[in-house]
Amino acid sequence: MTLSITSLANPTRFLSFAGKVIPWLAALVVILLGAGLYLSFFVAPPDYQQGETVRIMFIHVPAAWLGMFGYMVIALSALGTLIWRHPLADVSAKAAAPIGATFTFLALVTGSLWGKPMWGTYWVWDARLTSMLVLFLLYLGLIALWQAIEEPGRAGRAAAILALVGAINIPIIKFSVDWWNTLHQPASVFRSGGPSIDPALLTPLFVMAAAFTVLFVLLHLMAMRAEILRRRVHALQQSRVAHAALAEA
Amino acid sequence: MTAAIALLARDVSLAWREGGAIGVALGFYLMVIAIAPFGLGPDLNLLSRTAPGLLWVALLLAALLSADRIFHNDYEDGTLDVLATGPLPLPIVAASKSLAHWITTCVPLALLAPVLGLLLNLSIETIPLLVLAMLAGTPAVSFIAGIGASLTLGLRRSGLLLALLVLPLYVPVLIFGVSTVSAAITGPGSPWPPLMMLCAISLASMILAPLAAAAALRLNLR
Repeated sequence: MTLSITSLANPTRFLSFAGKVIPWLAALVVILLGAGLYLSFFVAPPDYQQGETVRIMFIHVPAAWLGMFGYMVIALSALGTLIWRHPLADVSAKAAAPIGATFTFLALVTGSLWGKPMWGTYWVWDARLTSMLVLFLLYLGLIALWQAIEEPGRAGRAAAILALVGAINIPIIKFSVDWWNTLHQPASVFRSGGPSIDPALLTPLFVMAAAFTVLFVLLHLMAMRAEILRRRVHALQQSRVAHAALAEA
Repeated sequence: MTAAIALLARDVSLAWREGGAIGVALGFYLMVIAIAPFGLGPDLNLLSRTAPGLLWVALLLAALLSADRIFHNDYEDGTLDVLATGPLPLPIVAASKSLAHWITTCVPLALLAPVLGLLLNLSIETIPLLVLAMLAGTPAVSFIAGIGASLTLGLRRSGLLLALLVLPLYVPVLIFGVSTVSAAITGPGSPWPPLMMLCAISLASMILAPLAAAAALRLNLR
């Protein structure tokens, strides 16, 4: 059996594929995350300027990357829903939204925890922080739209339209927020570029990024499997209600 | 083209004769600006510095109050089904309804803004620029609201959901709108570049938003 996006359109085939892949991915996450956390917290030297707080970066930066990656997954799935009518595309988008939102939230929280010792305050309206906050709000809007529409097919297509509108808007928002910040904030407060990153810090960062990426894929597959099964249960319940109604009549 | 204009004229005159919605939006706008000083304190310097931002934020909220009505009445009584099966392309229908929202809601709000600006001690010289910026930026507000209205058509609590979906998309409009006015008050820089950006955002949303709104309408009319 050749595996491709088309052959995985069959939910049953997807479920068996996911069932086979998930244990391996889970093992890989445990190894990478273990290694990454060990490297970040015990091996990496403290930064000469930021001290021990630099370790927050090993969580923060990969989380921010995956927050953005999650929206990319949703936007691509939205294209899959609207153009190719791929039956699992809206399942994929729906499954990716809470995961991406969580990573974005994690990036915001770790960012503000890092900001307290570095900037002296938990929150500054820095251009990057603000863009991530808007991204988080876009995620919330998408999730709310899914919650509001009951029929899964319709909800998926509506969310796909919204996701694409958001995807077109994100670069514009990013650009305008950069403009806004440079207009109001002197650039000297924030390190522009900062000290170039030493390989001793870069290695744990990349291991953590790999660990988070595999974790995203793992959670995404699990959430997709759960969503497919949830829809099957829902369909079974409905048909049982219909049978019961017929039997009474 | 004549059909689109006829549709626009119908929507505008319907909104005008109903009357209520425009009055509520204007009243809401006045109310938000009138209670802001109670929160910020009566310091006139502070008020005049925050005036552009307050006026813009309150305008966005007031414009969203009536946004879920853009398609709602025509959806309820079946007019939208007729329009969808008619010869007029659905994006044109969506565009003309969004434009009607702009004419009946955003333009009156933008024209009320100078009066409210006086309450906030906004200097008289910047008022023409404020109105210009609002007239340039609010088409984007109405057309993006059109996307939200078509996505939430027929849902419970659609107005609240609409605000949640659409407000993050207004960040660029807000930033360039406020920059235009505050550049004229305090600097730095000239008010024209952000005003040009505002025009660009409005023009782009007038072209792109009706396509998205039409896709969402088709989905909800099935």
